[in-house]
Amino acid sequence: MRPDRRLIMERIDADAYPDVSGYMPKGMERGSLHLPKVNESELLRHYIALSRDNFGTDSGPYPLGSCTMKHNPKYADRLASQPSVGRMHHHMDEDHAQGSLEIMKRMEMALSEISGMDAISLQPSAGAHGEYAAMLIVKAYHASRGEERDEVIVPDSAHGTNPASAAMAGYKLVEIPSGEDGCVDLDALEAALSDRTAALMLTNPNTLGIFERRVKELAAMVHGRGALLYYDGANLNAIMGKTSPGAMGFDLVHFNLHKTFATPHGGGGPGSGPVGVKSFLEDFLPIPRIAEDADGMTLDWARPKSIGKVNGAMGNFAIILRAYAYILRQGGDGLKECSERAVLNSNYLKKRLENHYDVPFADPRKHEFVASAKNLKKEKGVRALDVAKRMIDHGIHPPTIYFPALVEEALMIEPTEDETMESLDRIADVMISIAEEDPATVLAAPHSAPVGRVDESKAVKDAVLSYRRMLSLREGSR
Amino acid sequence: MMDFIGIGFEDELFKDVPEEVRCHLPLPKGMSEKDVTREIERILAKNSHAGEVPSFLGVGCYDHYVPAAVDHVISRSEFYTSYTPYQPEMSQGMLQALFEYQSHICELTGLDAANCSMYDGATALGEAARMCARLNDGNVFLAPRAMTREKVSVLRNYLIGTGVELELYGWDEDGGVDLDDVERRITDGVCGLYAETPNLFGVIDARVPLLRGMTDAPLVVGVNPIALALMRAPGDMGADIVVGDGQCLGSPMNYGGPGLGLFACRQEHVRKMPGRVIGLTEDSRGEQAFCMTLQTREQHIRRGRATSNICTNVALVAVAAAVFLSYHGRDGLIELAKENINRARRLMDLISDIDNVQSPVFDNHHFNEFAVELPVKPEKINCILAKRGFQGGLPLSAHVPEMGDCMLLATTEMHDDEVQDHFVSMLREVL
Repeated sequence: MRPDRRLIMERIDADAYPDVSGYMPKGMERGSLHLPKVNESELLRHYIALSRDNFGTDSGPYPLGSCTMKHNPKYADRLASQPSVGRMHHHMDEDHAQGSLEIMKRMEMALSEISGMDAISLQPSAGAHGEYAAMLIVKAYHASRGEERDEVIVPDSAHGTNPASAAMAGYKLVEIPSGEDGCVDLDALEAALSDRTAALMLTNPNTLGIFERRVKELAAMVHGRGALLYYDGANLNAIMGKTSPGAMGFDLVHFNLHKTFATPHGGGGPGSGPVGVKSFLEDFLPIPRIAEDADGMTLDWARPKSIGKVNGAMGNFAIILRAYAYILRQGGDGLKECSERAVLNSNYLKKRLENHYDVPFADPRKHEFVASAKNLKKEKGVRALDVAKRMIDHGIHPPTIYFPALVEEALMIEPTEDETMESLDRIADVMISIAEEDPATVLAAPHSAPVGRVDESKAVKDAVLSYRRMLSLREGSR
Repeated sequence: MMDFIGIGFEDELFKDVPEEVRCHLPLPKGMSEKDVTREIERILAKNSHAGEVPSFLGVGCYDHYVPAAVDHVISRSEFYTSYTPYQPEMSQGMLQALFEYQSHICELTGLDAANCSMYDGATALGEAARMCARLNDGNVFLAPRAMTREKVSVLRNYLIGTGVELELYGWDEDGGVDLDDVERRITDGVCGLYAETPNLFGVIDARVPLLRGMTDAPLVVGVNPIALALMRAPGDMGADIVVGDGQCLGSPMNYGGPGLGLFACRQEHVRKMPGRVIGLTEDSRGEQAFCMTLQTREQHIRRGRATSNICTNVALVAVAAAVFLSYHGRDGLIELAKENINRARRLMDLISDIDNVQSPVFDNHHFNEFAVELPVKPEKINCILAKRGFQGGLPLSAHVPEMGDCMLLATTEMHDDEVQDHFVSMLREVL
């Protein structure tokens, strides 16, 4: 192992825990604490070495399907790093926070235009959190009408967060299969709908990158049974300026600001997952709501029908601010061009790959498509996982693999609008070369990463999640 | 590109979007980067931040000093422009940084397992309550009534799908857990018991360890991670799960978000825990490596049967916390915790000299915040203080109505003697 990959906890302070009497009540004193002892130079060298073993969109192409790994513009980060953003507390008097509140109000209005929804809450912290808030709204809405509906319908191609969010809110799940065209099978939907249906959760375009053309018909079916239609905004980057969830007949929606509006993904977060609704659901949105009058912005807590709070504060303001800056920069036409280029890039890359990988379902695709390594697996024993690992050797982040589950050996590819033709060609050339390569080389990949192929099953078996655990096992084995 | 695909114009790729759902996007034209910057800065200038208007607000979100090294590390774009480390060979840096974060949190809490973040302390508590419902049969979750209305509301919302009821117990005259009230409420139907130290009132509650002997149900303890430099680890008190707000570890307040939800638990419960976890393993050459693990608990594998729906979390904020803790080390963190206690003691003493003010309300050990009882409505005092360039503390009326005359004041190392003195003299004038 490279010495600079040593865990920082191995530089522990060996001195005894100091005498700190007088600070804690009796019985609450601490006797030991093992934290690293490093100077700033060592600290920086450690973390900079770690950063070099990581790969972001600034490092190279990152066509990770469903995650919309756009370029993160630097003006947005600089704007978010000022004290007028950072040193603001959410309980401040509204008079002290007029700037933050105005940004949020404007962002609500922009998201409302983009989605065709009437009211927006910026409170949820991430996409799945927005889904959960939406499920709570669905629940509160039906309860307010005295209706007991305990089922939520989810297509088999849905993101895993959809069924997880619905189940967390206490709903029974009804999964419906996709039809041969990759879209919702309307007969299956008809069979699944009943007076117990609270909502249908739908992504459009769906996770295969296919637009559900019969969405109006589908909406009428759902509404005809008194259920609500929920839009998973994960794929919003495909349709801006062309259509909107509102125009398609959806009642409520969540956004992923970290996908569609280019805020950094942060190695797994933070993101932001605002929720938008049609006017008849507005009363149920989380509190507080931002109200505007002649004197400026105030917070309205007196909303008796509201679902209440989904997080402890006002939402991820530092992310909301970045996304708002991006929306201002793009404007309406710019956002439409983003969607057009994202879709063009995806279709170009698909066309380049389709003689080399199986790409099920018909054209056109939207911002992403799902290829399959099933032929490679059959002919050469090379699976989607192996293709992914070999791409790492070429400095390209692999696509999402094994999702959606209805495509065997799935490679879900989303290049976003930010890849140039040169870069798309590079991704295609690399994937084609892997398909044609000696399988032994592919199966043993990666060859040039900081580590060889990682043993994920050992990690599951051992379940060592901390240095403490690591040490106690080490001592136990002595 | 269009030639290659075989289309004449870009909209051909949208021929599958029916006319009946088409619409335009009526947003204004885009702006230059310079103009965007000016416009946003113009709006933000309407804020009065804690550097301009000293703030005494806390409850999980604190104005601490952020070392420059923390900003520098999380500004590395290899970290912040990456996503969830699905491909471990390309993400060892983030994985190791998050494993180190988990390790630091385990060390502070005295537990063997931690996840690599929840959204904030309130949602971490919600997830902890849900985990109790998985570990145990009961249908009541016991928690203190001394919590912000935000936290109570989030907790209720997280319990909605479980069938578990939230029951709230009171506090004693010293601001700690009312043990008799807890005793009365403990039955076989309790699936989990939650307590905080420091609690809403900033009190380091020496009664929390006594709760372990009162029930076999999982004990969840809420903490402030900086206070843990001096405070007994909750794992040693018998806690099964520890949660808390971790924003204080190297992140700005950001108007409340992103925060950092701390979540740690006992090793035997790892397969029931929510959220992303990073595990230690080996690569094909037998060398130390890290990867996301126990993923069969998670939504992308388990879907409707996942332990939580969480996907995107606050990984970068967790890295900031790891760097912050490594930067300070044991002795640095101890000094910081001591300084916070000393600042709070100084402020409460100064305020106690004002006539008709009870400071602190509770005669007990505090960390960096404390409640004071005022002769005038705290909301009114805050209005006057605002005109004089101060952001007062949190009026407790909206959270615990019986303490309607009380204000919760938080202070940190960011308040020097001059700021505190000035604040106290203003308060004296106002009263």
